[in-house]
Amino acid sequence: MLKRPFFWIIVATVVAFVVLPLTGGIGIRESLFLAAIYMILSLNLNLMIGYTGYVNFGSIVFFGLGGTLGIYAISVLHWPLWIAVPVAGLVVALLALLLGLGILRLRGAYFALATIGVVEATSAFVSNFDPFGGSTGMYISFTAYKPLGGPREALWVAYFATVGLLGLSLLLGYAIKRSRFGLGLFAIREDEDAAMVLGVKAPLYKAMIYSISALLPAMAGVLFFFKNGVVQPDQAFDLTLSIEAIVMLMLGGQGTVFGAALGGFAYEQFRGYLLTSSTFSNFHLVIAGALLLLIVLFAPGGLVGWLHDRWKVTRRIFE
Amino acid sequence: MTGIFVSILNGLLLGSIYGLAAIGLTLIFGVMKVINLAHGSMIALGMFALYFLASSLGMNPYLALPLVAVGGFLMGLVVYGVAIHRVIGRAELMSLLATFAVSMIVVGLGTAMWSTSPYNVQFSIPGLSIGRYTIPGNHLVAAVVAILIAAALYVFLYYTRIGKAIRAVASNRQAAELMGIPSTRILAITFGIGIGIAAVSGALIATLFPFTILSGSSYELKSFVVTVLGGLGNPAGALLGGLLLGFIEGAVSPFFNVGWTPVIEFSLFVLILILFPAGLFRIGRGR
Repeated sequence: MLKRPFFWIIVATVVAFVVLPLTGGIGIRESLFLAAIYMILSLNLNLMIGYTGYVNFGSIVFFGLGGTLGIYAISVLHWPLWIAVPVAGLVVALLALLLGLGILRLRGAYFALATIGVVEATSAFVSNFDPFGGSTGMYISFTAYKPLGGPREALWVAYFATVGLLGLSLLLGYAIKRSRFGLGLFAIREDEDAAMVLGVKAPLYKAMIYSISALLPAMAGVLFFFKNGVVQPDQAFDLTLSIEAIVMLMLGGQGTVFGAALGGFAYEQFRGYLLTSSTFSNFHLVIAGALLLLIVLFAPGGLVGWLHDRWKVTRRIFE
Repeated sequence: MTGIFVSILNGLLLGSIYGLAAIGLTLIFGVMKVINLAHGSMIALGMFALYFLASSLGMNPYLALPLVAVGGFLMGLVVYGVAIHRVIGRAELMSLLATFAVSMIVVGLGTAMWSTSPYNVQFSIPGLSIGRYTIPGNHLVAAVVAILIAAALYVFLYYTRIGKAIRAVASNRQAAELMGIPSTRILAITFGIGIGIAAVSGALIATLFPFTILSGSSYELKSFVVTVLGGLGNPAGALLGGLLLGFIEGAVSPFFNVGWTPVIEFSLFVLILILFPAGLFRIGRGR
């Protein structure tokens, strides 16, 4: 592992995310925080779309449900952050496993539709469920920040924890790609029936990867809404962000770890530029849509796919 | 008791419009295996088209419907040429993303031009009174129009040359091509018809409720539920599915808080997808 160039790219990325805000200040930290969240969403979505070939339109449900459960644990049950994050992640992953055994019996377009249904059903449920604060959501009181040394320190803790999750997402994507399990997933992507004939336990593998792809986004959701201070169903289960995650993945290149991460980072920068520029701020959706259409029609492999087509050597570096 | 009856009747009237909207979606899926995520934005464009024809030009909303339909058809041809043609036959992800990109562009332009504040078509027809309750005339007329359009589509698909060609392409594009059917042109026409129907259903909804450029998405989600109830790619099932959804909404609303309706709808949606992926009504295809 230590001899592979990509491992060192992961290390360099994490180091950059730690060092840059320490030297650059709060503004850079906020931008990198959002970029890290986007990269986590994109990297974990890549496990489903890029590796397994199942289009999950509702990956945001993991993020939102993790956030909702985590904030509930912190603000109502008064759990400390470091317990709430992993517990919320595990609960969501377990729910995803059970759900996955059901909806992954569907293929193709039917699966994509079912994932949209899951987001809408969960979102509507949370908006009506009074313990989670209904449609107004839940707030975090200042006392929740105390054990971490006050609000200012808590924001830094949330940031570094998110960077940690980013590192884990990169390693996870890379490890799965290199593993026997990953090969099984690729076989499912290419031809599910043939894979089953060859002994890949497709239903189990699919449910497992669906559940694995839920774990880290759910934990990131807790950190995001902890830092945000408030969690509202409309924001937590925003179908648009779910689809933006697919855009990030397509932009960078689906099926590659480097592409998924690059896409998340590039999309955040691009979006930030469009939202702040005076000419484009009204049209950021239009431009993002046009960009997506161009990628789909002319460069379905994304940035990394385009690189790989031109040079062979990049295949061994940007995995 | 009358209250429940009126609520269900209202639900059925709305359901016929949901059904019409879903027919546009299911027709496109049935023929070219594309789930049109731009469906909601096209419904919203239909709403705004009606608003400008009725409020700015002072036309009678129902006389404006054919114009909205033709506009929707032309829009559909353009979208097909720009975004859909190149992704047909490729992985689902590509067609889903291409149509979603169209939706982002349309909603983005709409938001920039008309903002997201609500619009309203000022217009009402005397309603039907049942005891203490009144069923608005707009709802009755809209439901009748929706069912007439659905019937017209049925006649078109089964008794005209182009309709038969569309069904031939849907069942086997290569074989249809070998029989001398220009399949690309037929696909473009089908997409145009699907969008035209979406636009008209949007226009009908605009005669009932206030709307914004973002309203389309909630009707798009309802269309998904309806198509799944009726079976993907089955227009006759879509109308029945719409009526069923309307019935459920009408029957549930007197007993539950309105907020719970989507929970029930979407849970049902996922369950039916898993248990009956071919839809609840297997009719209209001679199976």
